[in-house]
Amino acid sequence: MNGRTFLQSWFGRGWLSLGYLFLYLPIIVLIVFSFNSSRQDMVWSGFSLRWYSELMSDTEIISGFGLSLKIAFMSATSSVILGTFAAFALTSYQRFRGRTVFSAMVSAPLVMPEVIIGLSLLLMLVSMQKVFGFPERGVLTIWLGHTLLGMAYAAVVVQSRLQEMSKSLAEAAMDLGCRAHQVFFLVTLPNITQALASAWLLTFTLSLDDVVLSAFLSGPGSTTMPLVIFSRARLGLDPRVNAIAALTILVVTIAVIAYAVMLARADRRRRKQLSAAYLED
Amino acid sequence: MTSILQLLRSLVTLRWVTGKNAGRNAVIAVPSLFLTAAFLVPFLIVLRISLSDMDTAGSPFGGLLSYVDGIVVLKVKIANYLFIAADELYLLTYLSSLKYAAITTAICLFIGYPFAYFMARARPSIRPVLMMLVMLPFWTSFLLRVYAWKGILANHGLLNDLLIALGVVQEPLHMMNTSFSLVVGMVYAYLPFMILPLYANLVKMDMRYLEAAADLGATPLQAFWRITVPLSKSGIIAGAMLVFIPSVGEYVIPELLGGPETLMIGRVLWDEYFTNNDWAMASSVTVLVVLLILVPMAIFNKYKTEQDAEERT
Repeated sequence: MNGRTFLQSWFGRGWLSLGYLFLYLPIIVLIVFSFNSSRQDMVWSGFSLRWYSELMSDTEIISGFGLSLKIAFMSATSSVILGTFAAFALTSYQRFRGRTVFSAMVSAPLVMPEVIIGLSLLLMLVSMQKVFGFPERGVLTIWLGHTLLGMAYAAVVVQSRLQEMSKSLAEAAMDLGCRAHQVFFLVTLPNITQALASAWLLTFTLSLDDVVLSAFLSGPGSTTMPLVIFSRARLGLDPRVNAIAALTILVVTIAVIAYAVMLARADRRRRKQLSAAYLED
Repeated sequence: MTSILQLLRSLVTLRWVTGKNAGRNAVIAVPSLFLTAAFLVPFLIVLRISLSDMDTAGSPFGGLLSYVDGIVVLKVKIANYLFIAADELYLLTYLSSLKYAAITTAICLFIGYPFAYFMARARPSIRPVLMMLVMLPFWTSFLLRVYAWKGILANHGLLNDLLIALGVVQEPLHMMNTSFSLVVGMVYAYLPFMILPLYANLVKMDMRYLEAAADLGATPLQAFWRITVPLSKSGIIAGAMLVFIPSVGEYVIPELLGGPETLMIGRVLWDEYFTNNDWAMASSVTVLVVLLILVPMAIFNKYKTEQDAEERT
């Protein structure tokens, strides 16, 4: 077994460390160079907060950010609702007509290139506009696209939680006289709140970050933050973009840590309640 | 299509509002309706536009069927497809998209498989932390992380500075806007999609098989090749498909990191619509890309269903 321990000890650790370095290098670079005083790309010439203050007066970015937040909030909410419905249908009902088609349609946006989803939605919207005169491209059409993409991700997250959940809970509730909708609201929903929260956060960040769908579905006056960043990034390096990156990384890290702490606390509380319940017996 | 027919029939009879399966039908109907309207119908429209003659028809819905003097005429325009078939540039672009997607998938598998393996064999107490560290970059903007590679790979970027400081090279290497920078960006962006399904698969593996193999005299390497790898087949396929299919049509990474010689179908599609304003051509290219990725997608779905079934048992 010497070979195994050798593999697991330093070769394994080395591989993991290099992998993590690869994953985190760009993030570290963005943060470090957001404090660089020079305009020259990636040449360090001293600490400065210059790009942050320039960011504060960049109206294009600020209005784009507001719009992105709004769309992300809307699409995360609708994605989670639709995704939960889809996940519930796929886990609870093993047999219904068109299940294969349904399941393929739910997961297709996960793998389908975004350029294709974007173009086909756009062509449908343009055709509709020619025939019916609506809808105008803008916030609502971006919302539609992001919901389609987010729903697929939300369905995956919720579905894996539903599969973990033991069937006996729902069956016990039925035995105790719950109707189907009562089982859902009293038993299933409280059990999957964590998954719903994760799915909401995931679809929120997906929407906040999306370039391709937004580019196809936005109209004049609905330029989201990623579209602004993308158009600047195409031209070359822009130190203000580093500052945006550092700020988003800060916010996301705080949110993720807060969420993890919250989960751990809820878990501890539940365990305490469980042990208390056993003690009473 | 059966689900839609079923849906229409139940809508007409209002069975799903009043019947005893009302809740169940609503749960299936709501997402089905949305997906039909936002996913299926757009594709049918794309297919339709790719076959219709845009020059003569003012409306995108006109054109295919026409009625003149009691004769219904079905006009199908395949000129776009013929043009694509005849034009070498499109063929080259399709092939090069497939090539970059395949290279990306292979490198992701090469880096990701050992990575997922060592993650799954780490102490159970640190596994959630390792997992969290893979997921965390996911939560920060993909666009910004790809953009960061521009600064790392530039002629006066971080990597060149480092290589010159170490004395490995004298002159900065030209890495940005080449197929090298494109592949680095693609591998970087899609690596977690390879690691996560592989990890989920490897962590569930029954270690007793390995013990049995060792008892029967297999070396660790033999046990790995003949037991671990075959058992993780569905994880490998799921990971490979999650990397391969979206990277065929990738647009953002080639646009930011790729050079003029890196042909990718996503960019062609984008240009056909936004620069040339040619709807019909853009639609035809889309239809061909969908046909191209339908096969890997079917494989992916098959293995996903198998994996779901495994999880339930």
